[in-house]
Amino acid sequence: MATTVHEPPKIDLDRLPSQGSGNGGWRNLVPSDGDLRQVKNSSPPPASTGIWVGLAAITMSFAAFTSAMIVRQGAAQDWRHFTLPPVLYLNTLVIIASSVTLELARRRIAAFMGGGLKDENLKDQKKAQENPAQWLYITLFLGLLFVAGQTFAWMQLRSQGFGLASNVSYSFFYVLTVAHALHVSGGLGGLVRVIWKLNRSVLRRSTLDATSRYWHFMGVLWLYLLLLLWMKL
Amino acid sequence: MHDMSAPAVHHAPTSFIRQHVFSTDHKVIGKQYYALALVAALFGMFLSWLMRLHLGFGSFAIPGLHLLSKAGAPGDVMTPEYYLQLMTMHGTIMVFFVLTTAPFAAFGNFFLPIQTGAEDMPFPHFNMMSFWVTFAAFVPIVASFFVSDGPTLGGWTQYAPLSAIGPAGGPGEGWGVILWATSICLFCIGQLLGSLNFITTTLDMRCKGMSLMRLPLTAWAWFLTSIMGLAAFAVLMPATILLILDHVAGTSFFVASNLVINDQLLPHSGGSTLLWQHLFWFFGHPEVYIAIVPGMGIVSHVLITNMRRPMLSHRVLIYSMGSLVVLSYMVYGHHMFVSGMNPISSLAFSFPTLVITIPSTIIVLIWLGSLYGSKLRINSASLFALGFISMFISGGVSGFFLAQPSIDIMLHATYFVVGHFHLVMGVAAMFGIFAGTYFWFPKMVGRMMNETLGKVHFVMSFIGAYCIFMPFHYLGIAGNVRRYQAFTDDYLIPLIPVHKFITIAALFTGAAQLVFLYNLIYSRFKGEIPPNDNPWEGTSLEWSTATPPPHNNFGDKMPVVYHDPYQYSVEGASKDYIMQTSPENVHSPDEEK
Repeated sequence: MATTVHEPPKIDLDRLPSQGSGNGGWRNLVPSDGDLRQVKNSSPPPASTGIWVGLAAITMSFAAFTSAMIVRQGAAQDWRHFTLPPVLYLNTLVIIASSVTLELARRRIAAFMGGGLKDENLKDQKKAQENPAQWLYITLFLGLLFVAGQTFAWMQLRSQGFGLASNVSYSFFYVLTVAHALHVSGGLGGLVRVIWKLNRSVLRRSTLDATSRYWHFMGVLWLYLLLLLWMKL
Repeated sequence: MHDMSAPAVHHAPTSFIRQHVFSTDHKVIGKQYYALALVAALFGMFLSWLMRLHLGFGSFAIPGLHLLSKAGAPGDVMTPEYYLQLMTMHGTIMVFFVLTTAPFAAFGNFFLPIQTGAEDMPFPHFNMMSFWVTFAAFVPIVASFFVSDGPTLGGWTQYAPLSAIGPAGGPGEGWGVILWATSICLFCIGQLLGSLNFITTTLDMRCKGMSLMRLPLTAWAWFLTSIMGLAAFAVLMPATILLILDHVAGTSFFVASNLVINDQLLPHSGGSTLLWQHLFWFFGHPEVYIAIVPGMGIVSHVLITNMRRPMLSHRVLIYSMGSLVVLSYMVYGHHMFVSGMNPISSLAFSFPTLVITIPSTIIVLIWLGSLYGSKLRINSASLFALGFISMFISGGVSGFFLAQPSIDIMLHATYFVVGHFHLVMGVAAMFGIFAGTYFWFPKMVGRMMNETLGKVHFVMSFIGAYCIFMPFHYLGIAGNVRRYQAFTDDYLIPLIPVHKFITIAALFTGAAQLVFLYNLIYSRFKGEIPPNDNPWEGTSLEWSTATPPPHNNFGDKMPVVYHDPYQYSVEGASKDYIMQTSPENVHSPDEEK
């Protein structure tokens, strides 16, 4: 192994441990007075990396469900095709809308925090002074509406006599949509946490970004699932 | 509400519960994982003793066995079904709760943040959840011994359709399977949370000067293992959910049509029995490497410290371990050669299986080449590291045979495979755990383990393990089918003395583990105090901090790293080693350009 020896780099050796470790990741601590505008606008990497790692795991799980569906469909002649409940298409619009509102919220909060995001719309002072949480509340509402819409779809199918075990195609429909809805519910929990933190002025930019990324991913995942279900069922 | 994505603020907790039970300190979590693995290992070993007594001495009554299961051991003699139940639990407990938990989760939790120069994992609450969800996963496994017909008997692989048909499949195939699948599902969640922290710690939490290539080989091994775990457990978890649904919701993912079991026509239709095998082995083969790669890191780390010189190539070792990660996902079909797969598919899986031996061989050759001519310090840790290499080679060689479909079809269902995987991923991984324990015990608890007992432990374990598992290969070649609980066919009767020998060897080797247990407990309270914070004269960051490390790992000053991890015997240095944190500026002849 090569031996790497060099002059000691010039680093602040007196940095207190409370200032954290990592290559800059923890410098972005919220000041104790809670003034978000004083927070530097660099995202700490751990939350950013962490959310990608989490999304990779979720992707693998849904890839497993997908491959199971394809293998199972080809394993026997008992696959029953059925028409997807129409409310799913409405739900799709809802979750897309929620991504749009969340992005609006994120941009406004970034501007509110004095961040680097430049949004020309924000030149309007009135908009800049808006309560940045309002778009988050709308996103939360749309997210709840999506879950309610999915629940309605399940109830509709059940009322027609198609339960989890009616046919394996229904089994996969329920498994995929419920698994996705559970993940969306996790995202709703994340949104509630963001609102809670924002209201107490302890929101980190990284938390907001990670939550947004997760939420957008849920939207993309739903579009993929809808396409898969539409093609296979 | 806790902020799970927020970095830890390192005020040491004061209450007993937050310090020792629901702690977010990675060091405490590491110890908790170790304790869980220790309990699980003793339990799993106890089960193997029961199996071996049954195999070696036939209808031998084991006093008190009926207390474990009245139905499974009437008159203290185990029934054939109970033998299979014990076998299944032995495999499950050992693979999941020992071989994954100890080398990866236990040591990784304790040392990865320290070796990277971090104060803690980036998501300490997730880390705490990781352990407690894993602990919760152990509960259903233990609980399954107490349900009416006992634990499942389907083997640790839980092949469908047996695992999916419910009570019609025999004892333990109802609640036993549901508890098993619940346990594994929870285990997956726990390990996913752990992997999330491991990956993020390695990528983002390194201290100043700690480039990726300056990470010790252990840190690399844990990092690569967490990548494998992330993808593997994320696939097994959905599989267990589908299995549970086949049980409780009457779905037909894994059970075929018109299946008649015990004169009962099952209501399922069209399920794919091979689907389970695909999903399981997509996890199952990387799991082998999840068990062994951390051991490779530990063995390298321990040997380097005791050789007083670095490995022949730090980078090639890392690249080889990385190759194992990638290839581990491409070979899983070799577990299914006997499933009737298309011969072309067999070939497609056979080829990468043979290819994966290349990085494994490179790793072994680097170890052996580095050991050649070195003045190895002989202690318990280095002996177990050598033992790991020996077991890995011995078990790996039989892998060459099994990688070829034409040979595997003959040997697959025999003891040959049992001997192969016990040596290469069971005993080898256990030796890695032991090497790590003897090496890091002073840092983890602030006391030394007894070296004499450690060497006795090694000699007994080394001889014992070979006496158990080498004859397995002979049994397999002789046609002894695995999972049989009795030897009724004529051709098996001459093999009974071999089984008696193996049983005696298993009891002997188990006794060696009791020596280790005694040493562990005795040394925890009465062991010698280490002479200083760096008793092995190591170079990585864990040796530059206090013993045991403070709550935030490094006290008042965060470490700054100036050197590659293994600077031993550098010419012109004041000592025969330079710690990573030492600002000593020594010009080395092989300085990295």
